[in-house]
Formats: sequence, structure tokens, C-alpha cells
Amino acid sequence: MSRKITIEPVTRVEGHGKVTIQLDDNNQVAQSRLHIVEFRGFERFVQGRPYWEAPVLVQRLCGICPVSHHLAAAKALDVIVGAGTGHGLTPTGEKMRRLMHYGQIFQSHVLHFFHLASPDLLFGIDGDPALRNVIGVALQHKELAVQAVMMRKYGQEIIKATAGKKVHGTGAIPGGINKHLTAAEKDFFLNGADPMNIDKMIDWCHGALDFFKGYHAQNKDLIDKFAAHPSNHVSLVRKDGAMDLYHGVLRGVDANGNKILNDVDCQTYLDHFDEEVKSWSYMKFPYLKSLGKEKGWYRVGPLARMNTADFIPTPLAQKEFEIFKAYTNGKPNGMTMHQHWARLIEILHSAEMMKELLNDPDLMSGELTTKGTKQKEGVGILEAPRGTLFHHYRIDDNDQIEMANLIVSTTSNNKPMNKGVNLAAKQFMNGQTEITEGMMNAVEVAIRAYDPCLSCATHALGKMPLEIKLLDANGKLIDKMDK
Amino acid sequence: MSMVIITINGKEFSAKTGEMVVDVARKNGIYIPTLCNMEGVIPQGSCRICTCLIDGRTMAACTTPVSHRMNVETNNAELEKIRTTIVELLFAEGNHYCPTCERSGNCDLQALAYRFNVLVSQFKQIFPTRNVDAKNPKILIDHNRCIQCKRCIRRMGGSGKPAWFSFKDRGHKVKVNIDHELTADFTDEMAQKAMDTCPVGAILKKEKGFDVPIGRRKYDTEPIGTEIEKEGAKL
Repeated sequence: MSRKITIEPVTRVEGHGKVTIQLDDNNQVAQSRLHIVEFRGFERFVQGRPYWEAPVLVQRLCGICPVSHHLAAAKALDVIVGAGTGHGLTPTGEKMRRLMHYGQIFQSHVLHFFHLASPDLLFGIDGDPALRNVIGVALQHKELAVQAVMMRKYGQEIIKATAGKKVHGTGAIPGGINKHLTAAEKDFFLNGADPMNIDKMIDWCHGALDFFKGYHAQNKDLIDKFAAHPSNHVSLVRKDGAMDLYHGVLRGVDANGNKILNDVDCQTYLDHFDEEVKSWSYMKFPYLKSLGKEKGWYRVGPLARMNTADFIPTPLAQKEFEIFKAYTNGKPNGMTMHQHWARLIEILHSAEMMKELLNDPDLMSGELTTKGTKQKEGVGILEAPRGTLFHHYRIDDNDQIEMANLIVSTTSNNKPMNKGVNLAAKQFMNGQTEITEGMMNAVEVAIRAYDPCLSCATHALGKMPLEIKLLDANGKLIDKMDK
Repeated sequence: MSMVIITINGKEFSAKTGEMVVDVARKNGIYIPTLCNMEGVIPQGSCRICTCLIDGRTMAACTTPVSHRMNVETNNAELEKIRTTIVELLFAEGNHYCPTCERSGNCDLQALAYRFNVLVSQFKQIFPTRNVDAKNPKILIDHNRCIQCKRCIRRMGGSGKPAWFSFKDRGHKVKVNIDHELTADFTDEMAQKAMDTCPVGAILKKEKGFDVPIGRRKYDTEPIGTEIEKEGAKL
């Protein structure tokens, strides 16, 4: 008798989604889908608004990574106000924005690894769900929990100092930034009382990496094989191939490391990317035009960035990058759970970048903005915590936005996440007559590895109404189980 | 000009005949909330936020001239309720999305809401369908945020010439209209003056927004009216 299993909502991710898994008469996975059940209308309701409002308006997409949307929109509007396509800002404007961005990457990655993902590692995928959450981490691994909270706080304070607020600030404006860093703020971040200083943050980044590597050594099967699959990878890289999370050219590599997108200018993204719409999800499916809908899907995010970049331009993260690359002999890494490893290397890189920027005098003085000949259209792309984020705006003769196109990182990971769901479902559910909570969580772990932001807005803590329904071949409910 | 004696909140003050109650209070460090009223602009009395108890009657302080032995009470529970209700009505009537408005932190309506602790309106949101008129090269009017206070109409415009701003339509459809022909050669200074005249985010100078960082905006550190009250404390 065939059965349909629904996991709704998917927990410990940002936003709301559900998974459906169809088992056939022999209890084999016949079909699986990750559905995004929320509808967000930002591309539409930004139309008609004055263009300089966009960075503040569109960041309301999200409460976790608003800085990414804020900066991507500001970058697109830099083009519109004639401030160039990435290198035209004043040193103060560019560096303050970069500091904001690295603070954002730092706090978001910390949030994901410690608060959302670590319960699966610390208590096991099939561990007691009453304990397998951030409260369980706080109760049984207090030191780790304190680190998580303080590291996130550090990143949030960086955002506040550069954007004006920890969440939904206004720092980035078309053509630059609206404030300098003060001497007191600089001193606080560099020499703050323990643990709130950058050197302690770097220490803790190493600690997090050691924790992951230790776990990896003892759980090789899980970390290397769980939901692993080859794929294409896309991200920005600096023109010399270095990892650059704020600006660069678009690079894509396939599962063998061959370039499938050869360092192209961000302003030309529409020549290379397209999006497919499917009836069962509000999330689109982006793909590379050159490879088509079937083969052109790709991964973005920390793992993709490790696969596209030639090196990391900060020494401590570069050492970790070399260890990471050596694990696959320099070949692209398709191991889904290695997203966590990659994410932790990026935390270290972000901390190093923040330290470098905090010591830069340009942050405390200099021109804040610049402008040139106004343009009608602009594209802003950056590497958000979850991957490549595209913002594209066109304005009319009255300075009102007439078109907006956003390709959010999680959208690019739509197909890979569906692939991961399918692999996890097959691994854990094929041939099973009884579906356990642990099996359902395994499916969620495959999604969670991508740190998806399903609505870019909401996240719930506490008991989530996960529900499994067993249906017969005619769709009749025969059993129901609540989490 | 003859002088009169009036009592505000139990204290006696001398005032010039013809002065409005709100101006006398302001000069003496007593804050009466205002929205449609602006120093130097002929008062209108349209918003009623300045409603005070004057000789036992609720009256708009911005349009009531002082008279000898007038007794004014500027604040009590009943007046607070009236003002709170007015603010709630204004929020319910328009599309005021403070989180994305560039006047946030510099907006009188928002500041009054904070001062009166208006967190949720008791009235159902109307969500009217309104547009943004951005045809002028220097300024735009966002009708979603306009509270029809007429400050722009009263303050901006050529003396003896046709008005730059005027009311168009009637009743609930009334809206501020800008004469695009007359304002075609608006300077940056005129655009800034128009924006500063608007107590909310309805009139905005184009191509410049959010340039004052959070923390340095007008009402970031002190509630609206504090400046007047501080002066009063010195007296």
C-alpha cells in the first residue's frame, strides 16, 4: 500500500516549508518534494517606490540576514546613481559596508551552526527531540552555548555600529554609507573586555573548527556520505580567484572542477541565469542557461564558495581552506554535511577580515558617498551567508522603481535541497514500515545543512507542530502522528 | 499691543493680545502637542492634536487667541485620550509604514505616537489605495503618508501668485496636489524647505534619503516636546 508522508513545517530553518514523501506499495521512496508554502511579494510591491528607499525596504524580507539584502540593494543602486559597478565607492563607503557584511556573515553562520545545526551533531540525528534543540545545548553544553551567544552578539554589535541597528538598519545608502566608525566603537571591537574582542572571536572560531573536525573524525560516514551528491557550484570570486564575499565576478564550476561560468561581470547575470517555475512550490528553480534546466542547476553557499575560490586571502582561514581542499585532493566537494565545515572556515575568514578592517583608518574619516551620471538600471550581487544573492532594479524617468528581480540564495539551492531530501528519504525510509521521528529529522538535517531561509523572515523556537500523515493509495488517511 | 494675563496649568503668564494659546505656552516652556501647526505659518486648527481645556471647553490651542483671565489646562486624562485617538485615527486612515519610511526618527506623527505610547491603533486599518506623485524633478509626494494638515499649502507658494500646493477633490478623497508647471524650476533649497514643512514623510526631497544615521535623527534620543519642556525647566 503506498503512503504519503508530510513533514510540516520543516524545523530549525528560517521560514516555513514542508516536505512530502510518497512511498510506493513496497515502501520505497517514489517521489519527494520540498515545498515552500509562503508567498512573499517584494519584487512586486517595491514597484513605484523611490529607488533610494529600496535598501531599507527590501531588507524586511528577512530578520536573520537583512544586511545581505540591504547591501545587495545598495550595490545595485550604486550603479544607478553612477557610483560604478563595484569599485567606485569612496574607501570609507566600501570598507564600512564590508565591515557590516562580515559582521553579518559572522553572526548568521554562528546562529546556524550553534543554534540550529549543532543539536543534531551533539545529540544525534535520532536523539531525544526534547533535548535536540538549542535549549538542550544550553543545558548540557553550557560553554558552547555561551560562546554561541557571545559570538552572535559580537557580529550584531558590528552591524549596529555600521548600520545603526542590529536588525534592519539604514547604513548603506546609494553611493556609499551614512556614518563613520567612532574611535570608541573601534576600541570596543578590538580591545573590548573579555570575551567581546576580535582576538577572542578568532580563538573561538578555531575552537569551533576543532570541534567539527573532532566530530568528523568520529563520524566519517555521517559527515561524508549523508545526502552527498555531485553538483555544479556558483559564487562570486575576486578577479584573481580569491574568496570575496562582498564583490567580484561570477564563477561556476562543475562536479569535476571545470569552469562552467567563467568569471563573468555581475551586470550581465541575465545572460547566464534563468529561473524555472513549478506548480507545487512558491520558490523558483534557477539554472545556468548554458547547461539548460535539467543540468544547469547549481549549489550556492559556503560549500560552493570553497569549490569556486582558488584561495582565501586571510592567513588563518587559508590554512583551514588548504586542509579542506586536501580532503578531496583539490576536487570539488559534493559532501552536503561539509557545508558546516565550510561555514566554520568562513566564520574564521570573516573574523580575520573584521580585524583587518577595524585597524583601517579609512573607517573613521573620509568621504562617505559618491555619485556620477545616473543610470536607469543596476545589478547588485554579493555572497550572503547562504550564497549568491542577486538584486536587480530598473527605474523610470521619475526615479520610481519599475522593475525588481531578486534571486535569493536559498532559491538557488532549491534543486540541491530537493536532491538532499530525496537522498535522505531513500537512505532512512526505503523499506521501512514504521516512520520514526528520527527518520523525519534526517530529512530535515539534509535541508538544514543549506541553512535555508525559506521565507527570509521567520523562525520559531519551541515545539513545532510536525505532523506525519499515512494515506492509502487512494489518499485516505489511515494514521496520523504528531511531533 | 495690550497685554493680558492668562493661567496655564495653574500658573499665571502675561501674553500679548491676539497671540494663540499654543504660542504662549511654547514661549513659557509648556509643551502642547501640535501637528498641523507650525511656527510662522497661519494656524489652521485642522488636526486638533493641540486640543486643550480652555475655560472649561475643549478647544484647539493653535487657533484660540488668548483673552484676559483665560484659564488653560494643557494636559489631563481626557485630553490625553483625545490626542491618542487622533493619532490612532491618522495611522488607521493612511498607509504609514514607519520601518521603511525615510522620515522615521524625524517624523512628528511617529514621535507623537511614541510620546502617547500608541503601539497598536484601536481602529481598523483602512489601507487606502494611493499613489506616489514623483513627476517633479526635485520633490515627490507620497499620498500614502499625507495627513492633509495643509502645512505645505499654507507655507509654500508664491505670495500673490498661484499656489504651488493645493487641495484636490473633496471629503475622504481630498489630497494635496502639486502644480508641476509652477514648481518645475524648484531649487534644492525650495525642495528642502518643502520637505521640512511636511510633518510626516509625504513630501520628500528626491535622490537623498536615510543620510542621517540612526541615533542622530531628531527624535532618536528625546521624545517630541522635550526641547520646549527643557526650556520651561530653566524658567
